[in-house]
Amino acid sequence: MIEIKNLTCNYGNNIVFNGINLAIKKGSLAGIVGPSGSGKTTLIKAILGVVRPIAGEVYVNGKTIKNNPPPNIGYIPQLEAIEWDFPVTVEQVVMMGRHNKMGILPWSGKEDRKKVQEALDRLGILQYINHHIKTLSGGEQQRVFLARALVSEPELLILDEPTSGVDLKTQHDILHFLLTLNKKGITIVLITHDLNAVAAHLPWIVCFNRGIVAEGKPDDVFNPEILKKTYNADVAVIRKGHLILMANATPFND
Amino acid sequence: MEFLITPLKYEFVVNGMIVAMMIGILCGIIGIYVVLRGMSYIGHGLSHAAFGGAVIGYIFSINLYIAAGVWGLLSAFLINLIVREKKIKADAAIGIVTTASFALGIALISRIRRFTKNLEAILFGNILGVTTEDIIIIGIVTLLVIIIIFFLYKQLLFVTFDPESANVYGTRASLIDAIFSFILAASIIVSLQVIGVTLIAAAIIIPASTARLLTNNFNKMFFLSIAIGAITSVAGIYASFYLNAASGATIVLLGALIFSIVLIYNYIHRKIMLHEHAHSHLHGAIPHHHTHLDDAEHGHEHKEKP
Ligand SMILES: Nc1ncnc2c1ncn2[C@@H]1O[C@H](COP(=O)(O)OP(=O)(O)OP(=O)(O)O)[C@@H](O)[C@H]1O
Ligand SMILES: [Mg+2]
Repeated sequence: MIEIKNLTCNYGNNIVFNGINLAIKKGSLAGIVGPSGSGKTTLIKAILGVVRPIAGEVYVNGKTIKNNPPPNIGYIPQLEAIEWDFPVTVEQVVMMGRHNKMGILPWSGKEDRKKVQEALDRLGILQYINHHIKTLSGGEQQRVFLARALVSEPELLILDEPTSGVDLKTQHDILHFLLTLNKKGITIVLITHDLNAVAAHLPWIVCFNRGIVAEGKPDDVFNPEILKKTYNADVAVIRKGHLILMANATPFND
Repeated sequence: MEFLITPLKYEFVVNGMIVAMMIGILCGIIGIYVVLRGMSYIGHGLSHAAFGGAVIGYIFSINLYIAAGVWGLLSAFLINLIVREKKIKADAAIGIVTTASFALGIALISRIRRFTKNLEAILFGNILGVTTEDIIIIGIVTLLVIIIIFFLYKQLLFVTFDPESANVYGTRASLIDAIFSFILAASIIVSLQVIGVTLIAAAIIIPASTARLLTNNFNKMFFLSIAIGAITSVAGIYASFYLNAASGATIVLLGALIFSIVLIYNYIHRKIMLHEHAHSHLHGAIPHHHTHLDDAEHGHEHKEKP
């Protein structure tokens, strides 16, 4: 589905990563983990064609994404990147996901409105359809952008920290929802900082720190050596049955 | 009724009213995107830059719209060059280029000592002095802008709200931005003679800002902004007729007055109409004080007491 070859990205003189290779198979559900500022967002923006690499190629469905953004991708940006004071309702935001299916007229059709309502209903936020996006809670806001991605009927879903800043139950609900979508054949790539509640439950993990440190099943990559390389910190790993628990083990000494 | 009809007996007032209405609609439309993108200074800058071009055009007897347009484009190009120098940010670059261009216009005028009616109109606006040619040009631009906005309404909303995602979902943000810049420049140039360099930024920003205060719904804001733009323009012409004051200035003042009323209304609405009061109650096991807020758009909200 996604093939990254020798990819190098920069912001001015800051080379974020250099010569990365990565392949993500169709139908997978992969999580990217790594420290803040390690280039995770930059990596997915390169996949989306939003950030232009200085070297290397990204292929989505076998086609290079240069110049033309790949079709059928649903993208859920980091919530901090959204301008919450912007005057749009939940329906107006979700409808943006239908724009390229709507034809030339400015208004939405019956079919589009039905699709939007269905998506909101599935995510349990239909009651907020006419609310201003700013008035929703963090978890609800996350679901608005998930709904926008769904109505575009994507083959590939890319999510930047979809479970940040929400409680354990909501985290679980979002993860469960993504697993259901994945079973229906949608390939999913997500970034997460939550190793225990999210990453440990995903089928595939990419450990990232300005380059790919390791990739594999959680059982195989979540060990102290790889986590130390990923986070530049001592991480303790406790296994209990099917559970993997990780915590920073670097002592405070000041 | 007599009060509304009297001014219409004069052809120049009727012409002024038609033009004011079109400019009101035009400014109402582009103002929405200018305000939401936080680029109000662009309207201010572009109009000042175009003034330099208009004076040069006057000296060399070039068509005013062409001269101002070409000069505006040159200024935009120069601004881009300066910004590429990295050490200077866009707002500073715009400030330097456009004010220098404005100063050039003023310097040229003071040197030739022929401060003609035409140039005075560009500075301060002269709605009642529009010619048939002006009406036709403004009409064409207004119609064009309405058509373009009609077909790009969805895309413009998406790109203004979230340009990166717009790209991912198949809307070319850079193309939409380029088209919008073109619309903005054309609207400012045709409005110059009517509203005036010094007033145009306000004419663009006020209707959209007033509409923004009234709603959190983009579609409603869109129509409100256009309606406010058109109504204040026509009402402003009436007011200027009876007050015997400059028409552009009267329109802007009327807009500012409506903006203030809406602002005060919003404030009172929040403070008094919606029972804001301190009360203590229990959340879980911890009793504490809140001020209590409840309004249609924000739902039921508790604000911590300061
Ligand atoms: N728009 C930008 N302009 C300049 N530098 C940037 C920009 N975006 C990111 N960077 C830099 O690139 C590096 C990687 O940033 P990126 O946002 O990809 O990290 P991240 O892994 O997503 O971090 P986080 O977990 O905090 O979201 C950082 O050093 C950051 O400062
Ligand atoms: Mg990030």
